[in-house]
Amino acid sequence: MGDCALIKHAPPPAKYGGRHTVTLIPGDGIGPELLTHVRELFRFCCVPVDFEIVSIDSKSTSDDDMNNAITAIRRNGVALKGNIETNHNLPPSHISRNNILRTSLDLYANVIHCQTLPGVRTRHRDVDIIIIRENTEGEYSSLEHENVPGVVECLKIITRKKSLRIAEYAFNAARQNGRRRVTAVHKANIMKLGDGLFLQCCKEVAAGYPEITFDSMIVDNTTMQLVSKPQQFDVMVMPNLYGSVISNVCAGLVGGPGLVPGANYGKDYAVFETATRNTGKSIANKNIANPTATLLASCLMLDHLRLHGYASMIRKAILATVSETRLHTADLGGQGTTSEVVQSVMREIESKGPRTSEQI
Amino acid sequence: DFTKSWIIILQTVTLIPGDGIGPEISTAVMKIFEAAKAPIQWEERNVTAIKGPGGKWMIPTEAKDSMDKSKIGLKGPLKTPIAAGHPSMNLLLRKTFDLYANVRPCVSIEGYKTPYTDVDLVTIRENTEGEYSGIEHVIVDGVVQSIKLITEEASQRIAEYAFEYARNNQRASVTAVHKANIMRMSDGLFLRKCREVAENFKDIKFTEMYLDTVCLNMVQDPTQFDVLVMPNLYGDILSDLCAGLIGGLGVTPSGNIGANGVAIFESVHGTAPDIAGKDLANPTALLLSAVMMLRHMGLHGQAKKIETACFDTIRDKKVLTKDLGGNSKCSEFTGEICRRVQDME
Repeated sequence: MGDCALIKHAPPPAKYGGRHTVTLIPGDGIGPELLTHVRELFRFCCVPVDFEIVSIDSKSTSDDDMNNAITAIRRNGVALKGNIETNHNLPPSHISRNNILRTSLDLYANVIHCQTLPGVRTRHRDVDIIIIRENTEGEYSSLEHENVPGVVECLKIITRKKSLRIAEYAFNAARQNGRRRVTAVHKANIMKLGDGLFLQCCKEVAAGYPEITFDSMIVDNTTMQLVSKPQQFDVMVMPNLYGSVISNVCAGLVGGPGLVPGANYGKDYAVFETATRNTGKSIANKNIANPTATLLASCLMLDHLRLHGYASMIRKAILATVSETRLHTADLGGQGTTSEVVQSVMREIESKGPRTSEQI
Repeated sequence: DFTKSWIIILQTVTLIPGDGIGPEISTAVMKIFEAAKAPIQWEERNVTAIKGPGGKWMIPTEAKDSMDKSKIGLKGPLKTPIAAGHPSMNLLLRKTFDLYANVRPCVSIEGYKTPYTDVDLVTIRENTEGEYSGIEHVIVDGVVQSIKLITEEASQRIAEYAFEYARNNQRASVTAVHKANIMRMSDGLFLRKCREVAENFKDIKFTEMYLDTVCLNMVQDPTQFDVLVMPNLYGDILSDLCAGLIGGLGVTPSGNIGANGVAIFESVHGTAPDIAGKDLANPTALLLSAVMMLRHMGLHGQAKKIETACFDTIRDKKVLTKDLGGNSKCSEFTGEICRRVQDME
């Protein structure tokens, strides 16, 4: 399960005696408590990572918090974050903080690996889909205007440059991970120019990867196929909004928001979070949230920092824990608490014995 | 009904058989309606795209006149020829009759097993604007802009329809599906109109949910959803997602509500040219759409009778078309439903 970073990125160099500094943005809802558990776990495992915590007050309308966060991430190169709540009743000038982060740092690839996990009961088995979603343009361009009262236009921007870039990322990832097929998801029968351009770019890139099968599917049919036969999909690439739909459908298919980690990669920066980016406001601070997705996201981060030994060790322990039905949290139909899950992960790691520096 | 036996009011319905398997599944529906003694008289019309005066594409006058008079239509699948120079037939129909609401009830069919059980929801999709405005521009080479249009008027109209539908069909709640966190102005406007309309329907519970959250929750537990109302693209995606939950387009009914009281019910699957004319087609989708039509017309008794006969046949598994897992012909499947309907007399 996501054993190694999907594409080998150059990680930021470790300074000060092999220790990395990572920006940590707690976010809202369940973010703070789950990220605290990550820090707890890392301390327990003696992971050579120091967290620089940068808070973003979602209630504030000033840009200072965001600018601090962006600067910190630029400095450290890597971040782990919780979701920042967006009050969608505020005027359009107040853009989603999560969106600003993604576009400012040009984190153009949102990568989500949805896999059926042992011990988690789902309606579908043998699901193993990698979703590669364009993360910076499309419907999320935040360009809207009301020229005439009561008539609003929202612009969806598709560019050749970004479409080629994400297609290249997808095919490269497929190749590096021995995946056979890339499916482009689109609605080019209706959005002939926009999605047509996206599809065209995917076709062009596909030509450079003859060993990989390329096909395409219209987004509404894709969702229908996913709920009946998800095993047919391998790697999927798509523009922003369809990415939101498909990644949420797939996460739901393999067990829900509490299980799947997500990564946002740019040329120079990487930010890790849960795949479905939920704030989980209603279950915050009750010790019932499932920490698996966040913990697995921290493993993706460790892989990115080339700390593969720590990443594998922690990941193995998490997977062993999640297969224990009696520890399942409410989202998986159980009554376990967040801390019980984290304790179990730590016990699992401990039971494997002390590690020597050669093993790490 | 006994007291009315002397007066049978036949309602005229414009029937558009369509292409491919259209004609045979339409025949199947007419046979079943006859067996059920449904008070419907069918007026068959064809729709093709013709160029009217002034060069505008339109449907044949006979078809339009029939619909304008009957107000109710039942339609099979229409093919969209590529590079025909005219817009899709479905688009043409939509524009001609201002079909602003696409309604799809998704109910699990007992006997047609899918990984999801107890699905009972309705998607109501705004069908005239949104992301399907068709307005796109190439700004500079390699940069394309597609415009999503949301208007106060269309949002209000669809919201009103959704709440009316909920009330008329004894549904408990309406959920507006949106992405106003990202598309603040457009989806924000849509949401605002839904909230305003909700004020006039205090008997119906109103909730709002992000599109991605709906997707996430829908595939884990679809039973939590009731009536969903949303703009065009989300509606397109979600209505197909929900069709997938109950077994696909071959068993999903669909209705389109237009201005001026027009309503066209249709099967939403394709024309299946490979099996056309071979008596292999499954008429369930068109039949269930016709049942939806009967309910719309207030003929609830007839609707229930025909629907039950159809579901019983499927549940029994003895006579099923190939796509349902059997090896019976379309005519055999139809015959079985007719027999059951007659037995219910």
